[in-house]
Amino acid sequence: MKAYWHSVFLHKEKCTGCTNCMHKCPTQAIRVIDGKAKIIEERCIDCGECIKVCPFHAKDAKTDVLSDLANYRYKVALPATSLYGQFPTEYDMNRVMNTFLRLGFDEVFDVSRAADIISAYLNDYVDNAEEERKPLISTYCPAVTRLIQIRYPSLIDNIITIESPSEVAARQARQLVKAKTGLKDEEIGIFLITECPAKVTSIYKPLGLDKSQMTGAVSLKSIYPRMLKLYDSMTGDMVDMQMGSGVGIGWGRVGGQSYAVDIDNYIAVDGIDEVTKVLDKVDLEMLRGVDFIEGYACVTGCCGGPLNVENPFIAKSRIRKQAKKPPIFSDEELKSMCSFENIVWTNKIEPHQILKLDKDFKKAIEKMTKIEALHKSLPGLDCGACGSPTCRSLAEDVVLGRAKFEDCIVRKGAK
Amino acid sequence: MQESMKYEFSVPTMDFTVAGEASSSIKKVLRQLGIDSGIIRRVAIATYEAEINIAIHSNGGKITCLISPEWVKVIAKDNGPGIENIELAMTKGFSTATSEIRELGFGAGMGLPNMKKCSDDFEITSEVDVFTQLVMTLYL
Ligand code: SF4
Ligand code: SF4
Repeated sequence: MKAYWHSVFLHKEKCTGCTNCMHKCPTQAIRVIDGKAKIIEERCIDCGECIKVCPFHAKDAKTDVLSDLANYRYKVALPATSLYGQFPTEYDMNRVMNTFLRLGFDEVFDVSRAADIISAYLNDYVDNAEEERKPLISTYCPAVTRLIQIRYPSLIDNIITIESPSEVAARQARQLVKAKTGLKDEEIGIFLITECPAKVTSIYKPLGLDKSQMTGAVSLKSIYPRMLKLYDSMTGDMVDMQMGSGVGIGWGRVGGQSYAVDIDNYIAVDGIDEVTKVLDKVDLEMLRGVDFIEGYACVTGCCGGPLNVENPFIAKSRIRKQAKKPPIFSDEELKSMCSFENIVWTNKIEPHQILKLDKDFKKAIEKMTKIEALHKSLPGLDCGACGSPTCRSLAEDVVLGRAKFEDCIVRKGAK
Repeated sequence: MQESMKYEFSVPTMDFTVAGEASSSIKKVLRQLGIDSGIIRRVAIATYEAEINIAIHSNGGKITCLISPEWVKVIAKDNGPGIENIELAMTKGFSTATSEIRELGFGAGMGLPNMKKCSDDFEITSEVDVFTQLVMTLYL
């Protein structure tokens, strides 16, 4: 198996080398080489910031298309919680869910329901965690979890080892469909309807488990127009869908998890830069006394996901309203739908020490000395015209053999 | 062949916008050098506390970080007013911070003991009205 797999990729022909994505990437994973944006694979956390910022729509996420459903005998749609923010509040969400049946799916499992189940367990999880592990950090946003792997290895023990709602929904769906239809695993296609490139990557490169129960993912934006059209034109009886309660739906926006856990000492932070600042404080042990942190790479949380269509703040406001829906089941009932063993990770998360300059410490110091000297000789404009995001990163790239000093358009010719 | 490195940061007094920069820059460098994450964390905490201390209690100063294959040293030196009773200053909970600073969430008196806890070797020297210097060493 390849070491890396990323959903985020470049449509080369659309890329103009404008450097917008390079400047926006939170892990400095992008370089512009020969006029095209290139992702340094080990650094990318699939946050999708580059998708959001590209003016030419050259960055996108690899997802499945509806015609891929034909490869399976029974197809299940798992709509992400943030779906609730994508339609005006006067829309009947049950009718919205019915559009999936017309799009070729045989069944729909609302991820918000799985979020309800996880919420029922999360409270005890937070209460019972050892004090040294606090603040506990949610792993709902896989982009944040990957950021921790590469940049905050000392916070790995803080992360919550509970599966994502979509994975829990997929497990339940698979079990139930197998029991109902008698089909084999490979005949059942379970597709996440998603806003999120990081979640797509987790299907192929899961965190905390060996294999995801999902088959693939369809981006919301790719089917949204057809859903709207079907919503208006569908006739006949609608199927009563199993849906989430307000608690589960609330997971679609920042603050929803903390609300679900019902605790006071929490921090809910959105936007990858602000998440980074909060994690810095945790790393400095300045947030002792905080029990729980939910961090989202996207502004407003998943409702601001790169593959959604609605404005993040409008979507958030809609989710806030729907999150008032009363509970459908008690915690005990929710827990009886899925055991705790079925929602926890089986594998330990390992740090990814990819920022190291060299395995050998002395060589690393030598390289660092060269980098510092080179950095001093660069103009400090961070203009990005060389193809590296900052003068500092050009100095690093030169020393690591990824670029040449002459790439600096200001210094070229001057020397 | 160069085997050690030196970084210097000036820390102005009463300026919280700059405090923390030495700590995060040093952290980045140590990460790139591939140093154990537990040690990086202790260096970062010690440096951060030192920066805050200089900003709150002194007339400004300087943080120097030396890195060799055997150890990391953080030297925090300020330009006074110095510490009269070092033993008392090292006591947990003792703080001379003004209420204005406490309101910002700093100055709870954890600074010096916490820095000592993070270091393998901790030296403090001070001369009233002249300077205070902390030398914190962590062995790799
Ligand atoms: S997905 Fe995020 S981490 Fe990956 S290249 Fe784009 S901006 Fe950078
Ligand atoms: S905030 Fe949500 S949509 Fe955005 S990267 Fe994280 S999990 Fe994906």
